Amino acid sequence: MSYTPQMHQSLRKVESTRQARLHEAFPMMEPWDKRTILEKYHPDYKAESMREIRVGVSRGQRMPLELADVIEGASHLTSDTLDLAQVDYDTDVLVIGGGGAGSSAALLARENGAEAIIANKLRHGDANTIMAQGGIQAADKPGDSPAIHYLDVMGGGHFANHPDLVEVLVKDAPLVITWLEDLGCMFDKEPDGTLKTIHGGGTSRKRMHSARDYTGAEIMRTLRDEVRSYPHEITVLEFAPAIELIMDNKGQVAGAVLLNIETGEHLVVRANCTVLATGGGGRLHYQGFATTNHYGATGDGLVLAYRVGADLAFTDTMQYHPTGAAYPEQIVGLLVTEKARGLGAQVCNIDGDQFVYPRETRDVEASAIIRECVERGKGVATPSGRVGVWLDSPMIDIIHGSGTIAKALPAMVRQFGRFDIDIAKDPMLVYPTLHYQNGGISLRPDGSTGVPGLFAAGEISGGVHGRNRLMGNSLLEITVFGRRAGEAAALQSQEVQLGKLTLTHVDRWRQELDEVGIENPVNSPILLPDYRRELR
Amino acid sequence: MTEDLVSIFIMGKRHVVPSGLTIMSAMEHAGYRLIRGAGCRGGFCGACATVYRVPGDYRLQIGLACQTVIQPEMHLAQIPFYPGHRADYSLDDLQPTFEAVVTTYPELLRCLSCGTCTKACPQDIDVKQYMAEAMRGDIAAVADRSFDCIMCGLCVSRCPAEEVQSNIAILCRRLYGKYLAPGAEHLAKRVLEIEEGMFDDDLASMKSLGEEELRRMYDERDIEPE
Ligand SMILES: Cc1cc2nc3c(=O)[nH]c(=O)nc-3n(C[C@H](O)[C@H](O)[C@H](O)COP(=O)(O)OP(=O)(O)OC[C@H]3O[C@@H](n4cnc5c(N)ncnc54)[C@H](O)[C@@H]3O)c2cc1C
Ligand code: SF4
Ligand code: SF4
Ligand code: FES
Repeated sequence: MSYTPQMHQSLRKVESTRQARLHEAFPMMEPWDKRTILEKYHPDYKAESMREIRVGVSRGQRMPLELADVIEGASHLTSDTLDLAQVDYDTDVLVIGGGGAGSSAALLARENGAEAIIANKLRHGDANTIMAQGGIQAADKPGDSPAIHYLDVMGGGHFANHPDLVEVLVKDAPLVITWLEDLGCMFDKEPDGTLKTIHGGGTSRKRMHSARDYTGAEIMRTLRDEVRSYPHEITVLEFAPAIELIMDNKGQVAGAVLLNIETGEHLVVRANCTVLATGGGGRLHYQGFATTNHYGATGDGLVLAYRVGADLAFTDTMQYHPTGAAYPEQIVGLLVTEKARGLGAQVCNIDGDQFVYPRETRDVEASAIIRECVERGKGVATPSGRVGVWLDSPMIDIIHGSGTIAKALPAMVRQFGRFDIDIAKDPMLVYPTLHYQNGGISLRPDGSTGVPGLFAAGEISGGVHGRNRLMGNSLLEITVFGRRAGEAAALQSQEVQLGKLTLTHVDRWRQELDEVGIENPVNSPILLPDYRRELR
Repeated sequence: MTEDLVSIFIMGKRHVVPSGLTIMSAMEHAGYRLIRGAGCRGGFCGACATVYRVPGDYRLQIGLACQTVIQPEMHLAQIPFYPGHRADYSLDDLQPTFEAVVTTYPELLRCLSCGTCTKACPQDIDVKQYMAEAMRGDIAAVADRSFDCIMCGLCVSRCPAEEVQSNIAILCRRLYGKYLAPGAEHLAKRVLEIEEGMFDDDLASMKSLGEEELRRMYDERDIEPE
């Protein structure tokens, strides 16, 4: 597979500038320039890619067209599809989505005396969490503090973040690192036990903790194994996505209808409290962008929560990761971890010149790459008609000593090695890719939403990251808020008295759609994208 | 991507698809809507274990469907689930010792050191070697060597001794992480400081700042050098 002759020509230029670039610090953009470049090149600012939704509590809110379509979708059910008196599972806490947030929630629910069910769309752990490579932030080094972390988060989020949520995020951070270590997570360490930490985009202190470049996988498989230690208290259901929340006649969320996705059977779960942790929506492919997200990231939880009246926040801001693979075609859109830039790899154009500081916040970095390719025509073309810029990975071994890439980025080495590209010797071609949902369900610091009986945690939520999340704050968020939501749900579940279960809200929703004249709505949540006869 | 077409056999049935696709996209191109056998689509989750054979070779090969490019006339089938055994244990009740590992997984000692697992691993992990290290009770070595395991179960499916190598490996990694890895003093200290409320005032005063003031602090903040 390796690179084409045309690409090799450009690569020679990258090699020829490398020595000089080792000593060249490209300046960070001034605040004013940042704003201009975002407005001009960031995909979120493309007016025609968004629209206002016409129904529900956050009516009038803007979001990508593809998300608006599923939010304004019709239920798979009506109130008389099922007999809700036939309860298949009865539990204290139902957790929907077993990624990092959901698994943390279930563990804390158990710790606080509740029985829990985790309902998964795919297998337990088939999630964005398992794909996270780079790291998790926590201010635990002497020169750092939660307050400095706070400032970084607020600045990264363009000061739109919810301060109470950010406070909790940064204060709980060292605590969750301790929790994860106690569960057996192997974070990278010096021989004396000091945690290895590096910079990430938008950090002012080196506070990115990692587990090689399998950080999310290490967290996910550890949490999953811990969940498996309590088979009597935590029931794990797989291939059983939630397709609708159930309410009771007192207006509380009272569980969910699951679909056995293999047999088509419906399952009724009655739960005193419900935690939504279904993650993001990259597989909705906003503006046709390729995505880093796992197969099941289709925004289901937002659809379900919105139908029972939960508020949404910041749904008009998505994160495009600056460095998605642009070549070879088989891995287009997959993530090249930001850790590569954290370790010193620079971004270069077709001439081997730097054009952006390598560690701007993600939105700015992505916009600069789009400008370089689209406006300045300095991108490198691939045989399939894509463009990209070089991420000069060989610099990492030059800076930190040979063998560093192999040790610090094994997943990346393997990913590209499968296509005969040795990233210790040659750079990778990259272009921005759809990565993360900055907004979502409005959350309170204890993980509750405005709707009685409904909690949320993780990428599904909105507020903590404001308009832009910094790398490493998401793995942090899912553990911090997953734990909080699990605990709060468990405690509340002891008090709740459920009334009669109903799905009448689904009928009301349908009526609302009709009233504003939404014809032929899609059936949502869509559960999985359909790639049949499509090359992606 | 070239428009050349190749034929492949999915569970014995012939399909003609464009060359250069991964096994996963080839299956989708052939009309399958995957439910099992696809998770992350990026080589991290182990959902897409696949067994295949190419013409002229009697040997079975293995790969991840999302990471393996199809070859002409390839015969393939997915193994999306393998009913491997996970012992019932809680980490808190175990010690980081050989005894703990072998009591939890007594079958460990049945390993024949045949090396089939190493050949099967799509992550190129020397599985046989970490099993040998487990049999020696070298938990740290198992933890290090097995680190890139994505728990796809391919080694398990091929093992003549019916080992569940990946579960033994995660047990060792967790034992290492919890009990054997050197502790981080700075972390323990910070947790104490937080519990004592040492940062509460700082955070409260920062929270009370207006956007303009916060923005100024942000723009002027010093950045720790590389
Ligand atoms: C490639 C990649 C790299 C990343 N790297 C980093 C990083 O280095 N640092 C960092 O901090 N963050 C990183 N992130 C972001 C971070 O990993 C995610 O935001 C975070 O893990 C989300 O966790 P979650 O538990 O909220 O959602 P997920 O982990 O996505 O879990 C959600 C689960 O819910 C399931 N689900 C969905 N719908 C339903 C339904 N209807 N019913 C039942 N279940 C359902 C999904 O299948 C999934 O299993 C990365 C993300 C990706 C994709
Ligand atoms: S395949 Fe089984 S018996 Fe053979 S070396 Fe691996 S674990 Fe041991
Ligand atoms: S060790 Fe076994 S389970 Fe782990 S990646 Fe290799 S083959 Fe898969
Ligand atoms: S789908 Fe996750 S490894 Fe292939």
